[in-house]
Amino acid sequence: MARTVWDSSVGKKTVMAVSGLIMLLYLVAHMIGNLKIYFGAGEFNHYAHWLRTVGEPFMHYEWTLWLVRVVLVVAVVAHATSAYQLSRRDIRARPSKYVHKKRGASYATRTMRWGGIILGLFIVWHLLDLTTGTVHPGGFQEGHPYQNVVDTFSTWYGNVVYIVAMLALGLHIRHGFWSAAQTLGAGSRSRDRALKTIANVLALLLTAGFIAVPVGVMTGVVS
Amino acid sequence: MKLTLRVWRQKNADADGAMSTYEVDGISADMSFLEMLDTLNEELILSGDDPVAFDHDCREGICGACSLVINGDAHGPERTTTCQLHMRSFRDGDTIDIEPWRAAAFPVVKDLVVDRSAFDRIIQAGGYVTAPTGAAPEAHATPVPKPDADFAFEHAECIGCGACVAACPNGAAMLFTSAKVNHLNVLPQGAPERETRVLDMVARMDDEGFGGCTLTGECATACPKGIPLFSITSMNKEWLRATRRSGKR
Repeated sequence: MARTVWDSSVGKKTVMAVSGLIMLLYLVAHMIGNLKIYFGAGEFNHYAHWLRTVGEPFMHYEWTLWLVRVVLVVAVVAHATSAYQLSRRDIRARPSKYVHKKRGASYATRTMRWGGIILGLFIVWHLLDLTTGTVHPGGFQEGHPYQNVVDTFSTWYGNVVYIVAMLALGLHIRHGFWSAAQTLGAGSRSRDRALKTIANVLALLLTAGFIAVPVGVMTGVVS
Repeated sequence: MKLTLRVWRQKNADADGAMSTYEVDGISADMSFLEMLDTLNEELILSGDDPVAFDHDCREGICGACSLVINGDAHGPERTTTCQLHMRSFRDGDTIDIEPWRAAAFPVVKDLVVDRSAFDRIIQAGGYVTAPTGAAPEAHATPVPKPDADFAFEHAECIGCGACVAACPNGAAMLFTSAKVNHLNVLPQGAPERETRVLDMVARMDDEGFGGCTLTGECATACPKGIPLFSITSMNKEWLRATRRSGKR
């Protein structure tokens, strides 16, 4: 059955839809967690530490965190691999362009591929910046995420990269969530308005919620 | 009406093609688009040139033979087939670009004619029902609920012209395949092959080199018969159901 799924274009789209929804669920939790930065360094750092002790004593220290990380890596790899393979198929299937060009589908739809690449690159930078601290501006302090976040968003490029990526994320979710519903067979004429509304609300809330952090640092509310 | 036509000319499948410009005069607004091309071809023949090759058959909008991407739109600016498109949709002095369907799975045969036999092979893979031959069965023997009959009919309207593939930026045949799958899968007559039909037709569609669906919706916008985009959603649902079931066997 796994073979049937991976060998079919419809199956690969299913992989994309499921992995995308897993990442979307994570992003909702991530965004809510980020907003705790507005409650001050104490609560934010305490929350960050709690992420390592979730599930104790059943789970050992950091086990839950690593479980989430493994699931996310699998989701990202599955999403990107199927996107790459499907895109290659799509480009091969339309080798000659029309002489008479026509404006295409919506902006969100047309930017799915480039948007996805931007988000992929962003994730690499984001991890090197705030998880490993490799490219972190100023001294990276393990266990002091509040100060690290403030450091990152005190640089102009940190703000630009982050905000551009979050706008790309919003567009990606706007078309992606609705498309995932169609791929999984959940869409219909009667449900379409609701699905599109949910997609737009999710896109808007996540983009606004994530961007609220750099805006907080820039305006000095978070310092 | 006087028009400037820019038409894709290509001698054969292997030759390189290019847009050629022609002037046509005396076009009536009541002519169909194909009659306008007939006028051009008469002039070309009289002057000793090779007429423009294009597909056409019933000229009633029901056979699916005519094609043409007109000013970037499959079947032109109106939501109908090219044969049912009339010159009143254009204005005197217009320049009209006429191109063939573009897709790897639809190679150009000559000028505006493409080979759409990939569609026939998708149909062969599962677009049929198993039925005893002989006298027609009694009409009331197999009851079909009204909503199912409507759903089947909506999808049965597909004439297999290929406008969906031509309009799709990925050259995908999802709307065609889904129309055929949904038409038969919802009916009791199609039930025995419900799982194999969708699996085999989708596999054939992939093998023919069509692209995948990115839900741009271009296909449903271009479809002269109004097959809805949700047709693809329904096929995806059928495909997932069939995959789960075949996994259990």
